[in-house]
Amino acid sequence: MAALEAINHIGFIAAAYAAAIIVVGALVAWVMLDYRAQRRTLADLERAGVSRRSASAQGARTAAEQAREDA
Amino acid sequence: MLLIDLANPSRFLAFANRAILWLAGLTVLAFAFGINQTVIAPDDYQQGATVKIMFLHVPGAWLGMLGWGVMTIAALGTLVWRHPLADVTAKAAAPIGAAFTLMCLVTGSLWGRPMWGTYWVWDARLTSVLVLFLLYLGVIAVWRTVEDPSRAARAAAILTLVGAVDLPIIKFSVEWWNTLHQGASVLRLGGPTIDRSILVPLLIMSAAFTLLFVTLLLAAMRNEILRRRVRSLRLMQASAVS
Repeated sequence: MAALEAINHIGFIAAAYAAAIIVVGALVAWVMLDYRAQRRTLADLERAGVSRRSASAQGARTAAEQAREDA
Repeated sequence: MLLIDLANPSRFLAFANRAILWLAGLTVLAFAFGINQTVIAPDDYQQGATVKIMFLHVPGAWLGMLGWGVMTIAALGTLVWRHPLADVTAKAAAPIGAAFTLMCLVTGSLWGRPMWGTYWVWDARLTSVLVLFLLYLGVIAVWRTVEDPSRAARAAAILTLVGAVDLPIIKFSVEWWNTLHQGASVLRLGGPTIDRSILVPLLIMSAAFTLLFVTLLLAAMRNEILRRRVRSLRLMQASAVS
């Protein structure tokens, strides 16, 4: 009886784990692909000669100035 | 490193780059252990093998609410303290919290069909979690539609603070109303009512999912800081051309 019940429910359990894998996989892929895209765009901009003022005077800037620029 | 040092996005990026690697490693180890414990956990005497869905459903619910909690603190950071990383945190947490809330809804629905005989019922717990998911979509929509990041941050922060009312409703819905959903069985006065053989795998899986949440949040915050750098560089480029 218990074995028959387990067989009946296996589809629901498998579907739940598949859904979790899809959600987690999508989140990980989104974060990784977004990171690569942002890095590539930044590299392209720097190659085009556009760079942050702070990049050349990093040590001379205060945390607040840097934060304002990034925000 | 002091917390205030992390207000500087460059320092935060340096911290995140190191922390993400360590956290990712810890997350993989925690999941390996948690899945092992899930496989060897016994069936429940009433629910049979379907209790294994709980190892996904409960962490999903917990992280859906944690995500909104993080966004609520970040909203206060935006509106009250104007912390430079508050907007970044709020924006990064929204899709992650939404995804875990969706996981909670889907796995709960798949658990409900064999146990209750229905995928969905409009009871207080299920409906309040659905409202949380819709609130997440609303916040994401605000971030995507308001072009100026600081205006978007303020609008999203207000919506987040209003939406925080839903968190106690979710938590206490099973006590305030007569619901099909079971009452609290882990975080309750008098201790958990779940047998240790099932509680231990549940706590390990919850820890693993929480580590995943923190790792993803840091990574998404790093992406958001880079996105803002791209935006400011493009503005500089545009002003140089004009």
